[in-house]
Amino acid sequence: MKIANKNVTATMLVNDALKKAEFFKDYNIFTSLYKDAALKKAAEIDEKIKNGEPVGRLAGVPFAAKDNFLVKDTITTASAHILEPFKAPITSTVVEQLGKEGAIMIGKVNLDAFAHGSSTENSYFGPTLNAFDKTRVAGGSSGGSAVAVALDVVEFATGSDTGGSIRQPASFNGVYGLKPTYGATSRYGVVSMASSLDVNGFFTKTPEDMDLLMSICAHRDEKDLTTLPDFYEETSAKPVKTVGVVKDFDNDAVDPEIRAALKAKCEELKKKGIDIIELDMPTLKYALAVYYIIQPAEVASNLSRYDGIRYGFRSENSTNLDDLYGNTRNEGFMKENKRRIMIGNFVLSSGFYDAYFLKAAKARTLLIEEYKKAFEKCDVILAPVSPNPAFKLGEKVNDPVAMYMEDIMSVSINLAGIPGLAIPAGKTESGLPIGLQVLGPRRSDKTIIKFAEEIK
Amino acid sequence: MKYIPTIGIECHVQLCTKTKLFSEVDNDARGKEPNSCVSPVDYALPGMLPRLNGEAVKFAVRAGHAMNCAINPKSRFDRKHYFYPDSPKGYQITQFFHPIIGEGFVELPSGTKIRIEHAHLEGDAGKLTHFSNYSLVDLNRVDTPLIEIVSMPDIHSAADARDYAKELWRLMTFAKVTYGDLYNGNMRFDVNVSIAPEGADKLGTRTETKNLNSFRSIERAVEYEIKRQTKLLEAGETIRQETRGWNDATGESTPQRSKEEAKDYRYMPEPDLPPLNLSEEFISAALENFPMMPSDYRKMLGSIVPDATLEVLLDYPKLMEKLSELKENTAALKRISNLFSSVLLAEENFSLLNDELPSKQQLLDLAEMLDKNELSSTGGKEVFIKFFDPEMHFKATREIAKELGVVQENDLGALEAIVDAVLAKPETQKAQEDYKNGEQKVIGFLVGQVMKESHGKANPSAVQEILRKKLA
Repeated sequence: MKIANKNVTATMLVNDALKKAEFFKDYNIFTSLYKDAALKKAAEIDEKIKNGEPVGRLAGVPFAAKDNFLVKDTITTASAHILEPFKAPITSTVVEQLGKEGAIMIGKVNLDAFAHGSSTENSYFGPTLNAFDKTRVAGGSSGGSAVAVALDVVEFATGSDTGGSIRQPASFNGVYGLKPTYGATSRYGVVSMASSLDVNGFFTKTPEDMDLLMSICAHRDEKDLTTLPDFYEETSAKPVKTVGVVKDFDNDAVDPEIRAALKAKCEELKKKGIDIIELDMPTLKYALAVYYIIQPAEVASNLSRYDGIRYGFRSENSTNLDDLYGNTRNEGFMKENKRRIMIGNFVLSSGFYDAYFLKAAKARTLLIEEYKKAFEKCDVILAPVSPNPAFKLGEKVNDPVAMYMEDIMSVSINLAGIPGLAIPAGKTESGLPIGLQVLGPRRSDKTIIKFAEEIK
Repeated sequence: MKYIPTIGIECHVQLCTKTKLFSEVDNDARGKEPNSCVSPVDYALPGMLPRLNGEAVKFAVRAGHAMNCAINPKSRFDRKHYFYPDSPKGYQITQFFHPIIGEGFVELPSGTKIRIEHAHLEGDAGKLTHFSNYSLVDLNRVDTPLIEIVSMPDIHSAADARDYAKELWRLMTFAKVTYGDLYNGNMRFDVNVSIAPEGADKLGTRTETKNLNSFRSIERAVEYEIKRQTKLLEAGETIRQETRGWNDATGESTPQRSKEEAKDYRYMPEPDLPPLNLSEEFISAALENFPMMPSDYRKMLGSIVPDATLEVLLDYPKLMEKLSELKENTAALKRISNLFSSVLLAEENFSLLNDELPSKQQLLDLAEMLDKNELSSTGGKEVFIKFFDPEMHFKATREIAKELGVVQENDLGALEAIVDAVLAKPETQKAQEDYKNGEQKVIGFLVGQVMKESHGKANPSAVQEILRKKLA
């Protein structure tokens, strides 16, 4: 990525990004832009460069933050009506880490409201359009982040991944998208979706950029007790000799062009002397069901705080407390939010907890074990990210189950807490990007990033 | 028919940690503006994550130890969901499935043992104040650390219910995990009461009377509930499982919520907090310098102080702690505990309890002077009171006694001289005659004269002895 120096100034980089943001306005990427603040910070960095003072590893690099990252004194919407108007009094750890290295946030980008979705169509501000075909979805939930990087508006963008929300839009838009190991990066200051699955990561144009961002952000954070002790910078990448391909993902439900892309990649690897093995992972077929129990349960719980009492939107027409809650949440949440709240509360309700939530939690343990066993046989796994390339806007909006099926190959990674990196793998005949994901065992983030570098 | 009541008690104890259970803000909101002790975490802003307060965990370990409970090295947190403005997150973080404190027992002064089922750590809720057409929310109390202590249904009388609550209060205050201010809700009790015919092998339907905050109200609420349920059963009616609210003014409770209307809390493991794993080192460090508990005091003072006095003194942890400083000296223990109960706990001196107590040395000196008859018991009390006088409290016992002029003359030579002087006085001659003629009681008059001559400093019993010898 371009880093500011004496000749290419931070002000130039930021101005360029702001210009492009304006130029691609019709893609509906940004929920808010911070032109003045960004230029002010750029000027400060340029001043430092001029005086020969140290500037960070990301000096003057413009970036976009998914609009569920809290940044002090900026509006955070999570693309949901119910948070309006919410101005954060603190900055999320990840954005703070980036800022300390000199990166400049030019704006916040669109997502499915509260990150619930696979197309960014659930945004209160309307969908973000695909970078390669404006009639198609950007993917989601981090659609704005993916398109901002794919259209080269910014050098990188932050995202959050609960069930594929970084990897799927990355693959729909032909960029790199990393879902780190659970706990590698801090969740502090990022609007929670499902706490045991959420992890924050990045969209970049190269694996090298991803490596740099991870060495900056993959650190233990005292404010998030689920973060892991530092490991990223301390570990070195493991050489990849064997790549596993999951048999259970290779079926008719997957688009033939995606299957062909995977096959072609495998042939390429074989030529490099890498062994390809097939993996039997029978538990994987339950992953989607497990995910759509655990995730809505945690979603329902995490969304309880949006009640119109202390901040954000409050419905006007209520005469008693129950009405205030009911109307505020009814008017403030999007349809998909409400669907998940209802499913979540159902699976947690007394009498159903054992049958749904507890059983799903047990199945999750089996899934973790299955991945552990798989990584005894291979160093990394190569798999499709989603069954299809970017689909048409509106195509699946009214079919929630079809929309959930989009997540079938991405959610198990979140359940297992392992890292996954979406990499570009060519295009379909009609010119849509195809993405694949490289998966590794927990804490193998560096291995999969370096492997992606090798097989570029 | 005779009915046997069965009572189980849940007790919420606010822990007096410096900061809140999940954030770094001040946990002591006494006398502070509403909503001034609230962090973004307590306020439940988006993206805020709880951080567990190590001091609260330490206090929980100490509380568990005070109740003879096993400490579970592994425990977890869960979310208990409900909507109400006192709960900013929309759920309370508690320990539903795996509590930190396991089984134990509390021994009542009567010797009865009440088993503890478990106790767990959780965050308190905020406070609502209702007005005619609006309500105000104060979140200062949100996520103040609590432990909830759940007893087994081992209690069978209103008196035992009261004694159990009182003993819990003593244990928690002696262990210094709570301020123990009942009036301000530092400890709150929910009592579950059921009755069953004598000899029945099944318990009756229970009711829960919630949020009692005095020992007296616990006793009264249990008595009321036993009577109410007995009346219902005797009339052939059934008991409704419900929660009830106690009105201390009317001495009655009224139904609040039936079982059918009970909330579904949708418990779920708390994903933002990793499981709590306590090392042996952590637990033993938490129990270092563990203070004496009521049972230890009963052992120490049982043979020295009458039981009734001891049980009164045990309501004052501060006094007991002071007594513990004197534990090497039985005579001093006896004298000082007597002064504590007779002087300090007398109504007119009650306010002195708020002051700093006398030093160990002052008390030991006082006991010694009393033992040596250098002070009369009245003089001792006078000196003791002066320990609390801002002008005097820093002075040594003897110095205070001298200033008060209450040190008794025990020097026999000096006393004899005074006695001789008195016996030489014309106004005592008749009394001397009378005594010699067998009127024993006039000795009192003579002692009085000597006391007068000595300006009250003579030891009266010593004077009497000298007089008897001289007049024999």
